[in-house]
Amino acid sequence: MTTAPDTEQVRGRADAVGPTPAAAPDDVIRTSGLTKRFRGGQLAVDGLDLTVPRGSVFGFLGPNGSGKTTTIRMLMGLIAPSAGVATVLGAPMPQSVGSVLPRVGALIEGPALYGFLSGRDNLARFDAADPTSDPRTRAHRVTEALDRVGLTAAASKKARAYSLGMKQRLGLASALLQPRELLVLDEPTNGLDPQGMREIRALIREVAADGTTVFLSSHLLDEIEQVCTHAAVMSKGRLVVQGTVAELASRAQGRLVVRTPDVVAATDVLTKHRVTDLRADEARVDGIATALDEESLPRLCAALVSAGVRVHGFGLERGTLEDAFVALTGEGFDVAG
Amino acid sequence: MSQAEALEAGTTPTARTAGAAAAPRAQTAAGFAALFRSELVLTFRRTRTIALLGILAVLPVLIGVVVKIQTDGASGGQGPAFIAQVTQNGLFLVFTSLAVALPVFLPMTVGVVAGDSIAGEAATGTLRYLLVAPAGRTRLLAAKFTAGLVFCLAATLSVVAAAVATGAALFPLGEVTLLSGDTIGLGAALLRAVLVAGVVAASLAGLVAIGLFISTLTGSGIAAMATTVVLVITVQILDSFPQLHAIQPFLFTHRWLSFGDLLRMPMHWDNVLQNLGLQSLYVAVFGSAAWARFSSRDITA
Repeated sequence: MTTAPDTEQVRGRADAVGPTPAAAPDDVIRTSGLTKRFRGGQLAVDGLDLTVPRGSVFGFLGPNGSGKTTTIRMLMGLIAPSAGVATVLGAPMPQSVGSVLPRVGALIEGPALYGFLSGRDNLARFDAADPTSDPRTRAHRVTEALDRVGLTAAASKKARAYSLGMKQRLGLASALLQPRELLVLDEPTNGLDPQGMREIRALIREVAADGTTVFLSSHLLDEIEQVCTHAAVMSKGRLVVQGTVAELASRAQGRLVVRTPDVVAATDVLTKHRVTDLRADEARVDGIATALDEESLPRLCAALVSAGVRVHGFGLERGTLEDAFVALTGEGFDVAG
Repeated sequence: MSQAEALEAGTTPTARTAGAAAAPRAQTAAGFAALFRSELVLTFRRTRTIALLGILAVLPVLIGVVVKIQTDGASGGQGPAFIAQVTQNGLFLVFTSLAVALPVFLPMTVGVVAGDSIAGEAATGTLRYLLVAPAGRTRLLAAKFTAGLVFCLAATLSVVAAAVATGAALFPLGEVTLLSGDTIGLGAALLRAVLVAGVVAASLAGLVAIGLFISTLTGSGIAAMATTVVLVITVQILDSFPQLHAIQPFLFTHRWLSFGDLLRMPMHWDNVLQNLGLQSLYVAVFGSAAWARFSSRDITA
């Protein structure tokens, strides 16, 4: 664990909060020093300090095996933390599951259904498990939830005949049986085709627009970039960084890209102007232009031209979340050992 | 571009309020009871449950047919309890069938249902969704236990119903001569049969609690079912060793056949009540153990 990078907090003006562990009303989820060590000694989550502001679509990002699901299980009161505190909707977990979870919809580690029951009966079963849900409105709410995820036509089919995508949708429907303050979705687009992924993302945006905070875990960086306002990155059980998606992406260093057939000459000029980490291929040179500001960029371009480099293209490419992740962790986005 | 979109959304995260989101709802009695009803529906909609009840219903038919065919050879003192009386009165097939089903068939089916109750949900992953609903661990355990007890009653009644039907079809019915020599009418005898069914179902309560406890120990439904059934057989083997007579009164199977005492005039309640007391002790001990285990367990399945 000593090699893991230190937790770094990135706070924007929108979610500026104090360092006190007490729950502010505007934080839907707040953890402090949250740790889970399983019997057998494996440290799955290590001192997690996470803050999810109300109204955000919060991306919880990390490779498989980085501790995302264990964190979600602790937040949902399924497993008890070894140390630290988890607060959801202002109340400590797992002590307050009875009062907190009726206001939370969750999809944890894929859907799980009763194969011998129809989709509709599966939803009725999960709805009956919630003691605060009204049996008189159950049938109506089940129908609405099925409609919302596009399963109306398959509602009376046995769940064992469902495809993985349909099961995933039914899982989402059970999270949407009630109006929720918080929706926790663990890899909701797993197993879906591209069209299904788009539909689920549209649904997430729609739910968020209604005022529900969405906590979305994923190992797909572009998914987080597409739907999330905030994100946190986990690696090997530790929080690497959290903040707004825009901030995180802006932390990724932009690269200066020069398109030219004269790669060698261009590389010479760029090196003289202290552009580092140069990579050259047939018709393109790029590098990190840390020392450059807006003033010096045109001068660098002029220098290239006066050195006889035929400049076909010249510009800065903005960083992506993936670049940010690689820059922050110094590693690829692979399954953690 | 997606980043621009995210950026735009990111500028106003706190401006949103939970407008359409829920106000906290209160727990209602109907809502609380819904899980118990759902649990019963779930239990009796499984093909497995129906198959088990079917097997139990076949048993009295089998015994009835065998007795009918072998009427000439049937001699007193041989075979299961009450079998000699069956040919005189078909109603005795009820008691014979219960005496045959109680050591093996009934506990086996109960072991399957109780053993699978929590472990089966854990194996399919539905347990985590019930718990985040939130079902409440104690409430879920209580609902599972209740459904187990109802299954015991259903199992016993399916033996009784099949036995009454088979007995009426194959043998004469009429006034019943009790074990004490007194005679009662058919109506009164049927009432006693129902009473006996209730007592037999209640004597399986301890086993339901044991099965539920075993079910909280594992994430495999099959393992929990097998363990429970093996336990029943082991305990009955221990019950047959005379050397172990000191512990035998505390074995949950020891007084299972005491229901015969209810076929006397007046009824002998001593053994029956001791049996029911023992069952409540088992329910208290293993119910608490199941609760202690389940309420503190990490749900990782």
